[in-house]
Amino acid sequence: MNLAGSAERRKRMFEQKKFTVSHAPFWHVGSSVSARSYNIIFAALPAALFGVFTYGMHAVAVVALSVSSAVTWELAFNKIAKRPFSIGDGNAAMIGLLLAMLLPATSPWWLVITGTFVAVVIGKQIYGGIGANPFNPVLVSLAILTLSWKNFLDFNEVLVNYDFSYPMAYPLASLKHFGVFAISNFKPAALLMGQQSGGIGAIFGLGLILGGIYLIIRGCIRWEISISFLAGVWVTALLFNMADPAHYAGPVFHLLTGYTLIGAFFLATEDSSSPVNFIPMLIYGAGAGMLTVLIRNIGAFADGVVFAILIANLVNPLVDKIRPKALGKVV
Amino acid sequence: MIKRSFIGLIKPRMMYQPIELTSPEAEKMPAPKQVTLLLNESYDPFSRKQSVQLKKDDPVKTGQKLALYEDSDAYVISSVTGTISALSAFIGDFGRSYTAISIDAGENEEIDEQFSGLVKDPTLETIKNFLAFIPGNLPKVLLSPDQLSTPIETIVICGVDRDLLVTANQHTVAKESKAVKRGVQILKKVTGIENIIITSPENLMQDAGLSGAEVRVVNSVYPASLPQLIMRDLLGRVVPAGKSCEDLGVAFISAEAVASLGKAFNEGRIPVYKRFNLVKKDGASALVSARIGTPIRDIFTAFDISAGEKDRIIFGGPMTGKAIYSEDHPIQPDTDAVMIQDHKSLALVSDYPCINCSECISICPAKIPVNMLVRFLEVGKYQEAVDEYDLYSCIECGLCSFVCVSRIPILQYIKLAKYELGRISRAEETNV
Repeated sequence: MNLAGSAERRKRMFEQKKFTVSHAPFWHVGSSVSARSYNIIFAALPAALFGVFTYGMHAVAVVALSVSSAVTWELAFNKIAKRPFSIGDGNAAMIGLLLAMLLPATSPWWLVITGTFVAVVIGKQIYGGIGANPFNPVLVSLAILTLSWKNFLDFNEVLVNYDFSYPMAYPLASLKHFGVFAISNFKPAALLMGQQSGGIGAIFGLGLILGGIYLIIRGCIRWEISISFLAGVWVTALLFNMADPAHYAGPVFHLLTGYTLIGAFFLATEDSSSPVNFIPMLIYGAGAGMLTVLIRNIGAFADGVVFAILIANLVNPLVDKIRPKALGKVV
Repeated sequence: MIKRSFIGLIKPRMMYQPIELTSPEAEKMPAPKQVTLLLNESYDPFSRKQSVQLKKDDPVKTGQKLALYEDSDAYVISSVTGTISALSAFIGDFGRSYTAISIDAGENEEIDEQFSGLVKDPTLETIKNFLAFIPGNLPKVLLSPDQLSTPIETIVICGVDRDLLVTANQHTVAKESKAVKRGVQILKKVTGIENIIITSPENLMQDAGLSGAEVRVVNSVYPASLPQLIMRDLLGRVVPAGKSCEDLGVAFISAEAVASLGKAFNEGRIPVYKRFNLVKKDGASALVSARIGTPIRDIFTAFDISAGEKDRIIFGGPMTGKAIYSEDHPIQPDTDAVMIQDHKSLALVSDYPCINCSECISICPAKIPVNMLVRFLEVGKYQEAVDEYDLYSCIECGLCSFVCVSRIPILQYIKLAKYELGRISRAEETNV
C-alpha cells in the first residue's frame, strides 16, 4: 500500500511481504468433495466385501475392473475435453464401485467396461462433470445395460453355476413369474444376512443398512431421501399386499430383495440428481419408492428400483422448486 | 478454526465468544511514531477547483479535525500530535477511494481545544462536526437525518459483536456502563428518538440494563447478531429483500460508539483509542487498545507476532472480515478485530463446481436456494439471480462458504453480484 510518498517508504514497498488476500469467510468447516466420495466408498465396503466373499474371484474381477475402468474413462475424458483432471475427487471410483455392486459376479469384461463408459462419460461428463448430471450416472448405465443385454443381467441365468446352502433363484424373478407361493422359502432374516442371489453388493442387506446409517450420521447423504424411499416402498407394498395377499408379496420382502436397500442409501441419494429442500426430498424419495413397487408388481421388469429412481431424477428439478420463502422475499 | 464434527448430521453451531465480567482490561498500546488516517474522500488535488486544506509538514494536535476541502463533510480526527508527513490516494474494497493522511508523531502531546468548548450542551451539530470518526464509528443515518426518506424511529445499540471471536462491544457493555448510559442520554437528547434498544448476551443482561436502554437478549449462536436477524427475531420486523434496516426506520450503532460518545462529552476530548481483539496464529486472542491510525506492523511487533510471506491478515472477524495486503494498514474506527492466520493453515477456495450437497441450504439463515443461486452467479447472470433465486435476501453471514463442500467462494460471488447490480442501476439512473 502506497500510503506515503517518502523515498524510504517507497523502498519499503518493494521489499514488502506478499500476504494472502481473499474474501471472507476465512474459516472453513473442513469438508471436501473427495472426503465425501471416499466416505461413500467406505460405507459401501461391507456390502461389497460380502459379495466378494460370496462370489469369489469373479466378483473381485468385476469390482476391480469396474473401479479402474471408471477412473480411466474419467481421465481419458478429462484429457480429450482439455479439462482439469478430476479423478482425485473420488467420484469416478465411487461410480465404478456402485456399478460393480449392482452387476452380477459373472459379468463379462466388456459389459463392465461399457457400463463404466456409459456411467462416467454419458451419465456424467458430457453434462459438464460432477454436480451437473441430471440422472444418477450409475443408474443410467445400468438401465442401458439392462435394455441392451438383458440376458447378462438376468440373475437366474448368469448365476446358475453357483450352488449355496440357500435357494439361488432371484427372489424378485420368482415373485414375478411364479407368484407369492414361490417366495415362501425366502426368510427375512436370511435375506437380511445376504442369503439370496443378486448383484455383487446388493444382496447383503445388513451391510447396506449399516453403511447407510454411517453415511447419514456423517452427513454424506440426506436421510430424508433414504427414509422416504423406504417408506414409499413399504407403504405401497403393504397396500398391494392388503388388497390381494395371494398375488402380491408383503412389504418386508420388497424391502430386503433386489436393489431396494442399495437404492435407498446409495443410489437415490446421489447429490446432483436429487432435491435439496425438505418437502421435495420427501416427495422424491416416496415417489421413487412407490414407483419401485408399482414396476415390480404390475410393470414389465422384475426389479423396479433402477427405472423408478431415474424417473424420480427426471422430476427432481420440478419438485425442488417447492422451497421455503426466503427472508424478506417480496412476492 | 471450527472443524466439522465426526457426526456431520449435526450442523456446525458457532457460538459468539462469551466474555466474563472478570475478563482483563484491554492492553493499551503506547503511542505510535506514525499514524495513517483514512479519510472517506478521494484524493484528487488537481481536478477540484478548491484547494486542498492540508499539506505536508502542517502541524496537527491530538483530537484536531482534519478535512481536505472546506465545503466537504468528510473529515478525520488526528489521533496524535505531530506533523503531516504525506497525503496520498488509497483505494479500498470495491474501488472505494480514500485519502490516506500520514502523521509523524512529535515528542509532546497537545490536545486540540476546539471540541472541549462545546461539551456543555450536546447537539447533533457538534456530534456531526467532531464525532463522526470516534472509535466504533457513528452511523451516517444518525448524523444527517434530513437526508432520509423514512425518519429513524428506533436505535439499536449492538452490545453483541457481529462476528465470531470479537468481543469489543461486549467488553464495552461489561466495563463501561457509565459511558454507555451517558451516550444513550445524549443520543436521546440530540436525536429526539426515545425508542433505544440495547442487545446483549444473556450473561451481560444486567450490565446492559444499566445503560437506560431497553435490553434484548441475543441468541449466542452465530449469526443471530446480524442486523437483519435482530430485526426479525427481536423487533419482529422482517426487512424486505433489497431494503435496509434504515429504510424501516431502524438504525444500528455499536456499543463502543455509544460509549465513545459518552466519554467524549464527559471528558471534553475526543477519544482516539480503538479497542479490538488481536487473534494470533495459534488462535489465542488478546484484547488490545490502540490509537486509531496505528499501523498493524506496530501491533504485531508489540505482541511478538511475525507476519511471514503468504500469511493472511484479516481486519474483522473470521466470517465477515476483510483481508488486507500490507502491514502498514492502519487501525480504523471500525476495526473490531485483527486476525493473522499462518500460511500453512489457510482455508482456501477452489474453482470446483457445486455438487448439490445441500449443506448450504440447511444452514442458510435466510433460506436462500444457494445451490441454484451460485450456478447463476458463477456465469454472471445477476438479474436472474435476483428475480428467481433471492439474491437480495442474503444477509452476508458467510455460512454457505463456510460449509461448502466444493469450497466455492459463495459469499464473494454474492457480494460481487450485488456490487455489479448496484453499478448498473446507478449508471441507468444517471443516463435518464
